[in-house]
Amino acid sequence: MESGRPDEESNIALKEKIREDWKELREDLKEPQKTQLWKSVFRVKHERADPRTRALGVLTNVFLHLHPARVNRDAVRYSYTWGMGGITFYLFIVLTFTGVLLMFYYHPTKIQAFRDILFLEHDVPFGKLLRNMHRWAAHLMIITLWLHMFRVVLTGSYKKPREFNWCVGVILLVLTLLLSFTGYLLPDDQLGFWAVTVGTNMARATPLLGSEGPLGPQLGMTPFNDVRFALLGGSIVDANALLRAYIWHCIAIPLIAGVFMGVHFWRVRKDGGISGPAPVMLESEIKPVLRR
Amino acid sequence: MDWAQLWSIVSLPDNIPIVALAVLVPFYTWYGLRQAQATDRLITQLESNPSLAQTHHRKIYPFQPGWARELQVWPYLLRVEFLAAIIVTLVLMIWSITLNAPLEEPANPNHTMNPSKAPWYFVGLQEMLVYFDPWFAGVVLPTLIVVGLMVFPYIDTNPLGVGYYTIKQRLIPLLGFGVGFLLWILLIFIGTFVRGPGWMWFWPGQTWDHTRVMYEVNHNLSDLLRITNPWLGAIAGVAAIGLFYTVTGWGIHKLVTRTRFDRKIYGRTNLLQYLTFQFFAITILVGLPAKMLLRLLFNIKYVLITPWFNI
Ligand code: HEM
Repeated sequence: MESGRPDEESNIALKEKIREDWKELREDLKEPQKTQLWKSVFRVKHERADPRTRALGVLTNVFLHLHPARVNRDAVRYSYTWGMGGITFYLFIVLTFTGVLLMFYYHPTKIQAFRDILFLEHDVPFGKLLRNMHRWAAHLMIITLWLHMFRVVLTGSYKKPREFNWCVGVILLVLTLLLSFTGYLLPDDQLGFWAVTVGTNMARATPLLGSEGPLGPQLGMTPFNDVRFALLGGSIVDANALLRAYIWHCIAIPLIAGVFMGVHFWRVRKDGGISGPAPVMLESEIKPVLRR
Repeated sequence: MDWAQLWSIVSLPDNIPIVALAVLVPFYTWYGLRQAQATDRLITQLESNPSLAQTHHRKIYPFQPGWARELQVWPYLLRVEFLAAIIVTLVLMIWSITLNAPLEEPANPNHTMNPSKAPWYFVGLQEMLVYFDPWFAGVVLPTLIVVGLMVFPYIDTNPLGVGYYTIKQRLIPLLGFGVGFLLWILLIFIGTFVRGPGWMWFWPGQTWDHTRVMYEVNHNLSDLLRITNPWLGAIAGVAAIGLFYTVTGWGIHKLVTRTRFDRKIYGRTNLLQYLTFQFFAITILVGLPAKMLLRLLFNIKYVLITPWFNI
């Protein structure tokens, strides 16, 4: 029984320790920014709102680092860019998100595709909203894309040194339209089927490579080996076409478009940031052309 | 006036974006041109007053000496972006709750949809099928449009007008783009609101008649010229197209060398750049509407007929 004393001592020490830890924990909760956990996630301290901290806050964040730390004071005005490039990108993200959710419910086969859409509309919780959002975000993306282009034209932003980024943009335009087109077939309803039939019938008429195109037959093109056959995986819009549209729509084109968007944003920065609002240049200041 | 017919087209869920387009495009055109006007006033002012041009900050926005020329991205840009994301999300949510995506009957190859229309952003191309054969409307023309867009920055040799809205310094390229954009939108409107069963022309508000048969006789240019020999017909076709390119090219040349400033920019353009510009301007901006008018007004189908292709 005597030997109980050291036990009591260690009990007291333990209680003391717990009390201290508890106090520390409460302080941590009051100021979570001071904890090791927090610091390991967020590298920059934000207790002061000075320009340096704010710049670092942007530059050390993987989602924000596409931005510079500072921009032209007038470039944040809505009236200059109309925000259309950014909105287009945001819609692409929305489409990726809703698209992945739709993929959980969709089988690209002739037997199931149409029923899956009905199932989404009538049984899946919020399935109808999901499908609607994917559909309308796609339409909206095309509208904002055109307005983005329109703005770039009106502000002359395609000119030197941004010529190449304009070309990257044109490729993005084509890819976006192709995304819409391949997606149109997926519900496997009359609307998509006939739109894609009309669309791919034109491929039959491709010069040289189509079975009904100029000089196609002379080069040995038939309905069973021309470009249309390659697009559809057959000579009619059927199961193979559905599968091909699905793979292009859900995997290939989004990946390619994602890469081009990366290049596009990278080039916006490397070409000297957003083009304006720049100080106007006068006719008298035009420099003579330099011929190499 | 068949309002029900008109409404049944306008209220198709897939056509709502066109209605949005009809509001947004004029709005943003006005929004951009308004800033262009302000800039143009500033340019005129600075050009007439060189000493002011030395000291002025040269923007239409207010600026005081001592103000920072750059702003922190956080918070000044990011807050705008977050706000935009929220607004877009809200608009999309409301749109998706109130309007359902269309779903027709299951695909049925034995039952043709009439009219069978592409989604609105492709309807322009589909409408082109009326005026050109599929190899041209569906393959060559889209390629030309894409290539034409890509070469644009390389043939616009005017160094002025980068990074601000202006009309004064960039009238010609804006005109070119404007015509192209308007043409595209016009084609969408025709394809969506005018074309009915059989892709026939029904004025907006005219009842779609599925039994209508058109006794339209299409002519080719060689018929009009009463040429029966196919070789002579082809030669006449090539001559007509050559004449069209020459006359239009001459007209465009007059247009782009009209003012002293335009001639200065023309002087900076090399031959390859200029010929590329002329080719796209004649073919797409003038040729396309010209062929449309030939067809719509005079029922001319082909200008050039060869054994391999017809235009
Ligand atoms: C998926 C499509 C696209 C996305 C997500 C996208 C996104 C962006 C973003 C976020 C910017 C920054 C400025 C702004 O928001 O306006 C930008 C700039 C730019 N974009 Fe795009 N864009 C796309 C398509 C296009 C297209 C179709 C074109 C032209 C044909 C284009 C040409 C340009 C150019 C030249 C700039 C630089 C503008 C400047 O510095 O003022 N982009 N883009």
